[in-house]
Amino acid sequence: MNATGRPNWRRLNQEGIVFAIAILLFAAAALGLPGFLTADNLVAIVRSVSVLGILALGMAVVIIGRGIDLSAVAIMAMSVAWYLQLLNTGTSDGLAFAYVIAGVLAIGLLNGFLVAYADVPAIFVTLATGSFVFGYVRSQLITQDAVPVPQGHWVELLGGVRFLDIPIEVFVFAGLAFLVFLFLRYTKWGRFIYFAGDNPVAARNIGIPVRPMLVLRYALSAVVALIAGLLTAASLHSINTRVVNSTLLYDIVLVAVIGGIGLSGGRGGVRNVLVGAALIGILLNAMTIIDIPLLYQNLIKAAILLGAIIVDGIINPRDEQTAQQGDI
Amino acid sequence: MRLLRALIAAATALAVTAFAAPSFAADDPGPAAYAKALNGKRVMLVPLAMGFDLAQGWAHYLKKEVEAWGGTFETRDPNWVVDAGAQAITDAIASDTRPDVLIIHAPDLNSYSKLMKKAQAAGTYVLLVDNPANFPADAFVGSDWDKLGQLEAEAAIKGCGENSSKKIGLVQGDQANSSSLYQYAGIMKVLEKHPDFQVVAKPDSNWDATTSRNVTTTMLQQHPDICSIIDFWDGDATGASAAIRDAKLDGKVFLVTTGGGEKAADCDKLNDGTYGAVVMTDLARQSGDMNAIIKFLLQSGQPAGTSHTYIYTLEKATTKADLKPDSCWDLKALQAEAAAK
Repeated sequence: MNATGRPNWRRLNQEGIVFAIAILLFAAAALGLPGFLTADNLVAIVRSVSVLGILALGMAVVIIGRGIDLSAVAIMAMSVAWYLQLLNTGTSDGLAFAYVIAGVLAIGLLNGFLVAYADVPAIFVTLATGSFVFGYVRSQLITQDAVPVPQGHWVELLGGVRFLDIPIEVFVFAGLAFLVFLFLRYTKWGRFIYFAGDNPVAARNIGIPVRPMLVLRYALSAVVALIAGLLTAASLHSINTRVVNSTLLYDIVLVAVIGGIGLSGGRGGVRNVLVGAALIGILLNAMTIIDIPLLYQNLIKAAILLGAIIVDGIINPRDEQTAQQGDI
Repeated sequence: MRLLRALIAAATALAVTAFAAPSFAADDPGPAAYAKALNGKRVMLVPLAMGFDLAQGWAHYLKKEVEAWGGTFETRDPNWVVDAGAQAITDAIASDTRPDVLIIHAPDLNSYSKLMKKAQAAGTYVLLVDNPANFPADAFVGSDWDKLGQLEAEAAIKGCGENSSKKIGLVQGDQANSSSLYQYAGIMKVLEKHPDFQVVAKPDSNWDATTSRNVTTTMLQQHPDICSIIDFWDGDATGASAAIRDAKLDGKVFLVTTGGGEKAADCDKLNDGTYGAVVMTDLARQSGDMNAIIKFLLQSGQPAGTSHTYIYTLEKATTKADLKPDSCWDLKALQAEAAAK
């Protein structure tokens, strides 16, 4: 409501719309579905989107800086698969982890370097490095799609860690969300990301180190992907590289975008990721309880996304700047 | 003395050649016909992907046999992408080195039907393995998925016992793959005969372990008294087992699944109690069936597409109680064997 007493439709942006849909869904499920509004189920909802949310946090930081990281899922699955393969073939834990973290950073830095200094569009760079990471690791470093966690290894034990009966992923997700929030909101480099994403040329002209920051973002995204992969392996006691072929990558972009982080960069924050993840989590959980077949689940998910984008397009028309520069 | 011994040896050798040789080697037309029909023939395997136990096991046993009779064995790795598989088959048919036998692991009922028809028209025998398709191939070798589903349901009923809640949950694969659809049909057939047992939920995992974990978690929260869960593939049943473990229901929920009988994937997990029962495919025997039908087809002289044979692999639900040292095959050992060559 504004001063004239009429609803202020301008303020209702995509984040608001999606949040409203999430609340509505939540209320409907709580009333209509037995067993939805229990502590266990609420924890399960948050947990089911934890890994997705963690990956979306990394993606959000990249997208706000007007980029995109399509190699995130490949890095997540292949780094952990390689790590476990090294452990299974007898490499010492410290050395194996050092290899993997070096590899992950190398790919992140390569992504950043190619985008920042070679001026190749992020969408092509990361698509290519993602395929490269998958192809190289799958063909040269591991022998099978699924690599098990060695028995008694800390990754396996990590999966069993609970505080107050809440799985560890939830805390990692919450912790990372808080850290990214602090980074984006209160650090100089965090604020600069918005400037760089909104208008890279102007940001560079006022002396912001746009290129090194770009490289940093892709390295950050790669490390976040590794964390997500470790948590996946911790819970399942193995990692299956088939996930690279799944729709996970689109789901990550979906969570970020549906929450209202514009693909044109410079807008959004951690809150948008949380809203997007909440909607997806509630939606999937409710549909599973109702026992809707997967085909229809995808249809419903897509319809809601489309609806949110259309409503956003009507309420917040594209501005002059985006029209000129285009999205990514 | 030495001379005498030499004489006796020479006499024996003479006798053996004189009496034995003419009556066997010269008359048996088998080996020559066999060699003539098979020598230099090409066999190609196009599985869903080369990165999982079934495909690697088939490739191992087929390669060994094909190369032994002087043929060439090749594989293509579509890596779970249907288009890539179609491309591989198209290329194979069009190439100068067109395979004489094409073994296809179909991703669904229809995708490759036209291509398989083309292959047969070009003179290539088409074998379907593991997944049936809507196409009259020269032979289908693999599981009778309906029967396999029945075995799973029977194992689940047995695992639940008479004094249980009699509630069963299913984690299906998807709604397109024949192995998932027929498995479901088989399970339902058995459950119809046991009306006291009911399926309380039947979500899809889309063959993904994380999805399997999430849907199983929800299922167990909605129905904490479920006595058995049937997950449609051991590739994603690790997710269902994680959900059971997280819900602290280990030992209370009898998890049934199916797989290729690989040691780490199946037997080890039966042994540590993760799975209650696994309907395992006898992979060595299945590969042997393929080898036999390939040898038959190549010698038959019949044009491709003439006959349609179904060779169903013997399936059995294995539990910890009837686990034997040779219940499973060991992928690691096969890989070590291949690496040693």
